[in-house]
Amino acid sequence: MKSEQIVIEPVRGWQVINWRELRDYRDLFRFLVDRDIKVLYKQTVLGFGWAILRPVLSMVIFTIIFGNLAQVDSDGVPYAIFSYVALVPWLYFSTALSASALSLVNNTEMLTKIYFPRLTFPMTPVFSKLVDFAISFVIVFVLMAWFRIMPTARMIYLPLLILLMMLTAAGMGLWFAAMSVQYRDVKHAMPFLTQILMYAAPVVWAGSLITERFGQTGRILFGLYPMVGVIEGFRSALLDTGPMPWDMIAVGTISALVIFVTGLFYFKRMEATFADVA
Amino acid sequence: MNMSSNGQAAGKAIIVEGVGKQYHIGLKEDRHDTLLKSAGAWLASPVRNLRQLRRLSARDDDEAEDVIWALRDVSFSVDRGEVVGIIGRNGAGKSTLLKILSRITPPAEGRVILNGRVSSLLEVGTGFHPELTGRENVYLNGTILGMRKTEVDRAFDEIVAFAEVEKFIDTPVKRYSSGMRMRLAFAVSAHLQSEILLVDEVLAVGDAAFQEKCLTKMEGVTQIGRTVLLVSHNMQVVQRLCRRALLLQKGRLVAEGAPATIVGRYLSDALAATTLEPVELGRQVRMNRLTVTQDGVPAGEFLDSERPFEVHVHYDILEPVRNLLLGFNVVAGDGIALFRTYDMLTYGLGERAPGAYESVFQLPGKLLPAGHYFFEVVVGIHRLRWLSKGDIRLRLNLGGTRETDVDFPGVMSPVGSWAVYHNGDREH
Repeated sequence: MKSEQIVIEPVRGWQVINWRELRDYRDLFRFLVDRDIKVLYKQTVLGFGWAILRPVLSMVIFTIIFGNLAQVDSDGVPYAIFSYVALVPWLYFSTALSASALSLVNNTEMLTKIYFPRLTFPMTPVFSKLVDFAISFVIVFVLMAWFRIMPTARMIYLPLLILLMMLTAAGMGLWFAAMSVQYRDVKHAMPFLTQILMYAAPVVWAGSLITERFGQTGRILFGLYPMVGVIEGFRSALLDTGPMPWDMIAVGTISALVIFVTGLFYFKRMEATFADVA
Repeated sequence: MNMSSNGQAAGKAIIVEGVGKQYHIGLKEDRHDTLLKSAGAWLASPVRNLRQLRRLSARDDDEAEDVIWALRDVSFSVDRGEVVGIIGRNGAGKSTLLKILSRITPPAEGRVILNGRVSSLLEVGTGFHPELTGRENVYLNGTILGMRKTEVDRAFDEIVAFAEVEKFIDTPVKRYSSGMRMRLAFAVSAHLQSEILLVDEVLAVGDAAFQEKCLTKMEGVTQIGRTVLLVSHNMQVVQRLCRRALLLQKGRLVAEGAPATIVGRYLSDALAATTLEPVELGRQVRMNRLTVTQDGVPAGEFLDSERPFEVHVHYDILEPVRNLLLGFNVVAGDGIALFRTYDMLTYGLGERAPGAYESVFQLPGKLLPAGHYFFEVVVGIHRLRWLSKGDIRLRLNLGGTRETDVDFPGVMSPVGSWAVYHNGDREH
């Protein structure tokens, strides 16, 4: 019989990630993602219809307020589809980020009772929220047909943008999740924070505004917030609002990687104290 | 050192060397007696809160005044295939020890070596989701406990049969009775295929018949050579299952040996129970201890739910006090408040002169179903202020003796009486 030996010792300072263990627990990760998806719309009338209704209703409100009343510039495409194409990645990002940030505080019972790699918690929503994303994405094509907009060949870059969007949600989620165990302030700040992050990203306004107002340096600085590149990339690929904003995507990818890697280390550092302070 | 200890470890499943764990409990809050001072403190509170929260995860300053050692300098080893029980009063460090062994929390000092795969049953049914079906929950719970999907596949039929829920396996768990849910949860845990099993009090689930089944299952587990470390408040279980017992007291290992000897020592300590250090509540009251009796003799935490028992509050009145409220919140183990009672129901609200007091509350038998309960001491001065609002609590375990596996859900035992008439004639 093959027998493994486990040595448990005091934990201090920075930790490395135990990849072998993560691999051993991949079934758990699959079931957690599965649970998230199955449970989300249980006992609702509309079920997965919510995945469509939420972005569509937001689109209607934004179109009335920002498109019609405030006359916000929408790069020459109808405001409705202009905002919807941004809302699809945005809603994924904000729901995945909040769920990831609160994944530990909402599961303190499991945290204090059972051992398993804690990383599975904040990473679960990053994958489970893709279902909503995919459903709401289908509506993009319905709207494009309605407004008679042809997609561009730049659509082949969409998977890349989706990866960047997931990486950003995961990285920020790790940071906030690790912080939230000790500082419950995160729980109260989250709704507010996602709102700020939405207005900071070109969801209701056009990214071309950045270049107009702040020039090339402004573009690069704004690009540090990876969702800017993601949203503008979506618009470029689907609505042909301009060339693919590679500069912003490049800067965004670097900053998303930095956030993710530092997030991993911070999470591992805090991990040892989770069960004690939860 | 490393070589030699691993060398002798050939026949050992668990080696614990000088393990300790400390917690920061957070410093006492300052009290402010003027509005101005409280306002100032309120404005400064974010800074103070930040400092306190940061300390929760601090690991360096061992001798700081807000540090308590939940476990200190504990060493022992367990042979392969041995079943060892850990006993001790609440707060003795039993659960902390299991949490360290199961890697939920790291030790502050010392070292643990585990030879073999470990699974821990610290609580059955953790991660059960009410909206998912029994089948889905078995897989989820199994993988949470460390099984691979293929392992759950293999054990699935056995788990379902053991839990006796075959017909409902594709029904959402929220439609299960509490008994069914616990049976299913225990069944998953009982079928873990690990070499070392850490068990914390999980045998206290379900009704008498199912508990018996669980015990038999555990005996089976121990006979196939798996190593088991068991924490329990139930002395009968410890004596029946274990070959050796360890006694923890205030975080230290004070005795180990044959279960009968160790249990005897534990019980004699428990009967002399001072359930808390004397603590002053305001200027007027000093709480000395809480004791429990059943049938006129001192009892431990384990009580028979069928018979009445008494909880005694021993306290001193330091200054003459009027309008004293002293009593308990009685809270079920899952946090549901059942009722509150004060001794003023008998004593009234008149002045109590200084001196030693003992207030005795008797709970009738057959009122609460088996399970664990908290008696939270509440002391206050009527319409003025609280002196203690439930942070002194006593945990009691009521064991049932009813010999049936019929479920009686609810927070009370079935009370009232039945008469059954058959064609107009009374049959029962």
